[in-house]
Amino acid sequence: MTEMLSRNAARNMFFGGSAFFFLVFAALTAHSHWYMVNVSTDKAGLTESVAHGKDVWEKNSCINCHSIIGEGAYFAPELGNVWTRYGGRENPEGARAGIKAWIKAQPLNAPGRRRMPAFDLSETELDALVDFFQWTDSINTQNWPPHPAG
Amino acid sequence: MKYESQRVALPFFAVAMALFVLQVVFGIFAALVYVMPEFMAEAMPFHIMRMSHTNLLIVWLLLGFMGSTYYLMPEEAEAEIHSPMLAYIQLAIFAVAGAGALLSYQFGIHEGREFLEQPLWCKVLITVSFLMFLYNTSRTLLAGRRTAINSILMLGLWLAAIFWLFAFYNPDNLSVDKLYWWWVVHIWVEGVWELIMASLLAYLLIKMTGVDREIIEKWLYVIIGLALFSGLLGTGHHYYWIGAPGYWQPLGSIFSTLEVAPFFAMVMFAFFMFWKGRRNHPNKSAMLWTLGSATVAFFGAGVWGFLHTLSFVNYYSHGTQVTAAHGHLAFYGAYVMMVLAIITYAMPQLRRMQPYNQVLNMWSFWMMTSAMCFMTFTLTFAGVVQTHLQRVMGMNYMEVQSQLGLFYMMRLGAGVVVAISVFLFLYAVFGPAREQLPAESGPALTTA
Repeated sequence: MTEMLSRNAARNMFFGGSAFFFLVFAALTAHSHWYMVNVSTDKAGLTESVAHGKDVWEKNSCINCHSIIGEGAYFAPELGNVWTRYGGRENPEGARAGIKAWIKAQPLNAPGRRRMPAFDLSETELDALVDFFQWTDSINTQNWPPHPAG
Repeated sequence: MKYESQRVALPFFAVAMALFVLQVVFGIFAALVYVMPEFMAEAMPFHIMRMSHTNLLIVWLLLGFMGSTYYLMPEEAEAEIHSPMLAYIQLAIFAVAGAGALLSYQFGIHEGREFLEQPLWCKVLITVSFLMFLYNTSRTLLAGRRTAINSILMLGLWLAAIFWLFAFYNPDNLSVDKLYWWWVVHIWVEGVWELIMASLLAYLLIKMTGVDREIIEKWLYVIIGLALFSGLLGTGHHYYWIGAPGYWQPLGSIFSTLEVAPFFAMVMFAFFMFWKGRRNHPNKSAMLWTLGSATVAFFGAGVWGFLHTLSFVNYYSHGTQVTAAHGHLAFYGAYVMMVLAIITYAMPQLRRMQPYNQVLNMWSFWMMTSAMCFMTFTLTFAGVVQTHLQRVMGMNYMEVQSQLGLFYMMRLGAGVVVAISVFLFLYAVFGPAREQLPAESGPALTTA
């Protein structure tokens, strides 16, 4: 196949094709950005507390054990839908109390069980983190995960 | 070694290899925690080990790319490096930033997005150092001969720097955050880094097979064309479930399936040139790493990527150990092995010797590669079991994990073998040269 193609023709195809696919990709990304902000995520619900919760999530590097919408370290449970798993859609108060209590109970020190460290979070930080989980749970993820187990 | 300033590569290779050792050590720590959850639970929790493991990989690969560029640029451009001093300063800054990040992690100081955990000041220093590197090598290129190899290499490096800038953008909306996070992570490893890999491969093949530059460079353009045509829209396979529109499912499935093509072309390219080449290069261990890199990249990045890239498969496998399996073999084949190939090729010339310790080097090749494959298989099995139990049966995450202990033990064992073979490699390359004669016939490397 290479005999039919000169080096310069191959080079021109590379530059032309890459530029074309990049423009398509950039345009679709721009559309996806618009779609995420306006359609698939809760625009009004993205409060300061949710943003603070994301900050808490990042400051403590939760993602290097857990995953969120399937991305992370796979060492600990998926948390993108933890709100659903704790029954937050039916009983928000109960789910909030449950998640906070679980975090505060760490480390469990159960022998042979993976250990979540004790993170020294204030009440405000805990509430913000739960707000962040609740907001994340509401993202339209095309029905992922397939099962609430995460 | 025709140009004195090629020696600049040596300290880059040395620092890269030191960080490689650390990366493997942190990897073994993390693998140990999977088997013994109490291991260092207080002293160094899992998340610190894991970010150290992944960050060290990225940092040492970048240093390896820089060293490779400094090594090949004078030969390709037929000109000395613009400023060796600038290269040393730039290396020092990069090393300070890398070491600074690593140390901060031990004290719990980090940012919070996966792979981009470096504290801001480290990110800034990395950027500064990388720009100095690009300035230095681009000046060298502009002053000398422009070939497809050095032009594409520089294009890949420049694009890597440009897409890195998305690391500084962290919006509050998690979906939008992920959308652009992949512009760094995916566009690097499944896009512009492939330009770097392909040009390093082409350089090694020109040097070791003696095939015409015209032919090699034509292949090179075809390969990187395939890489970007498929890889840019292939980013869509990360956009299935993060809140992006549904059209990414067909788009991502189709284009990321095509991402196998550049890796297939690279295997064909490498072996075709190897058989076609008349030159019987004495550095057989470098040839082995070169062919091995193309092959394992095809399996690790290509086949193992395709395994879970179709949206209706990924719906079940997303975020399981299947991803971990793919990640390990893809990085190892495409980037780790390519840098080790360049180092194996360059070191005898940097030390002004005939190729040496080749048998030991080949032992390290076979041990490291087998162990990485074994690790990938165990993680794949773990991932398949996990996918079924958790995603189909709906079993609780922690219960599922307790079923996977055997796989994690085997993964740890594979990791220990990797560590041993890394030390063999380092001894073969940096240790005393025991035999300088070319190996008679390396395994699977009897030249036609």
